[in-house]
Amino acid sequence: MPSHPRDGPALQPPGLGPEPPVASAQALIDVHQLQAWYGRRRVLHGIDFRVAAGEIRVIMGGSGSGKSTLLRHLIGLQRPASGTVKLFGTDLGTASERELLAVRKRIGVSFQGGALLTSLSVGENVALPLREHTRLDESTIRIMSRLKLEVVNLGGFQDLMPGQLSGGMVKRAALARAIVMDPRLLFFDEPSAGLDPVVAAELDELILRLRDALRMTIVVVTHELESAFKIADTITVLDQGEILMTGAVEAVRAAPNTRIQDLLNRRPREVQVDAETYLRRLTEEEG
Amino acid sequence: MNVLLRALTNVGRATFAAFSGVGHAAVLLFDALRFALLGWRVGQPLRLAPVAQQLREIGVDALPIVVLLGFTVGLMLGIQFIASLSEFGAQSQVIVAVAKSVTREFGALITAILVAGRSGSALAARIGSMKVSQELDALSVIGIEPVRYLVTPALLAMLVMLPALTILASAAALVGAALYSAPALDITPTAYLLHTMNLLDAGDLWQGLSKSFVFALLITLIGVSTGFSVSGGAEGVGRATTRAVVLSISWIIVVDMVFSFFVNR
Ligand SMILES: Nc1ncnc2c1ncn2[C@@H]1O[C@H](COP(=O)(O)OP(=O)(O)OP(=O)(O)O)[C@@H](O)[C@H]1O
Ligand SMILES: [Mg+2]
Repeated sequence: MPSHPRDGPALQPPGLGPEPPVASAQALIDVHQLQAWYGRRRVLHGIDFRVAAGEIRVIMGGSGSGKSTLLRHLIGLQRPASGTVKLFGTDLGTASERELLAVRKRIGVSFQGGALLTSLSVGENVALPLREHTRLDESTIRIMSRLKLEVVNLGGFQDLMPGQLSGGMVKRAALARAIVMDPRLLFFDEPSAGLDPVVAAELDELILRLRDALRMTIVVVTHELESAFKIADTITVLDQGEILMTGAVEAVRAAPNTRIQDLLNRRPREVQVDAETYLRRLTEEEG
Repeated sequence: MNVLLRALTNVGRATFAAFSGVGHAAVLLFDALRFALLGWRVGQPLRLAPVAQQLREIGVDALPIVVLLGFTVGLMLGIQFIASLSEFGAQSQVIVAVAKSVTREFGALITAILVAGRSGSALAARIGSMKVSQELDALSVIGIEPVRYLVTPALLAMLVMLPALTILASAAALVGAALYSAPALDITPTAYLLHTMNLLDAGDLWQGLSKSFVFALLITLIGVSTGFSVSGGAEGVGRATTRAVVLSISWIIVVDMVFSFFVNR
């Protein structure tokens, strides 16, 4: 029996400050000792990660540090090789098809490239989760999806095809689709990548508004320092598959760790390779 | 030694890849049917709109070209059989030769090859580009199983439409043959067709139809599994599309041969 999207314990007690406790008992996301492998290479080395209800968590890290891999585990697209990933208390690694579906109805994901279905119009894309998971009638679905398009400032664009949108509009349409079921938990991959600064700033505002108005818990993966500092309650810094630190914006800015400072100040990292490894890599045969 | 080992490794890998390909296809088939029958129980009900759309794309849209090609093949068979059988003074055998070869063999084969080129490649391209642009991930995360959303409708439509198209292609081929051969045999085309009806038994028709079911499975499964295995951007999608067509036509011909061997022994 599909439930109405507004069902569920969506409301938090009001007055949740901008910096909620990092490790609270009611963590919506609870990752324990997560490891991920691609072939024989380990790309996540035992991640521990908790996100409390109502916070905006930004995952930062250099290219190849494992951000996308971590995100794919959080949204259940990859099952953990070892360790556990829990959303709303459900272990995604051992969840049944039905339990996984129940979790998926309560999360929204906005992918880096938008990932709108190119065969459907913008409005149909936004309406898709409602069509699939609710028994609302056609006119209600149309109204609800237009409402969400209004939220992301795309009112009136429902009849365009995804190919006719600009990059920033695609991102906003994807966001509208992600929030159409009023999820408690929203994941956002690289909201501002490839956008001009003004549009990027607008998206940041939008994210903050979603948290404040709809009381969503939001996890954002980003490269953009400025945007990260603006929207984050807490920042998790990922480096080479390990978490360097998790803390409030000010704490991360002031962190003495040199890798973090390198990241923040855009310093190229020093590559340390000893001579023997270097020689072996050069002479190594393939296969 | 090293070379030999490497060659062996490559053969091993290729074999493994072939088998894992078949395994992958089997899993897809199982899932697609599971969602068709029991999807509603796990919140993945089969929707009729996409099935209708696939029925149209795979079947109705292919109708003119299938009929035209069937007709042409019929003409061709008429020409060949009249020419070669009259050398032996066995012109009267033309009707039976055309009737049996069309219903048992050519109707199903021509239709399958055509549909593989039209719809097998389209499936691979569609799913492949959806994979590259993360649309498949988006579907999963929304709670829509890509297999249920994309594969099940295509499979059902293919299982209905390929046999239907095969029947039409065979009929068109028989008409084509009748139009060419009847004057040479000094009978009317209507008489030719009536004679054909008398010669054919249910077994002949069943042979063509059962083949087309198998071909429908092959085209769909090869199309979707190459689509799902795409990696590496737009170029990868292009390669997968070609691969889907070449693979499915090869499989169709080989399976056809094996099938004919066992049925007609
Ligand atoms: N499909 C894959 N197969 C093999 N290795 C992969 C795959 N995806 C990612 N990797 C590797 O895993 C590591 C982490 O990749 P990931 O995409 O998670 O990094 P990232 O932090 O998202 O980087 P970016 O900011 O550049 O997107 C990288 O070293 C990458 O090479
Ligand atoms: Mg990434």
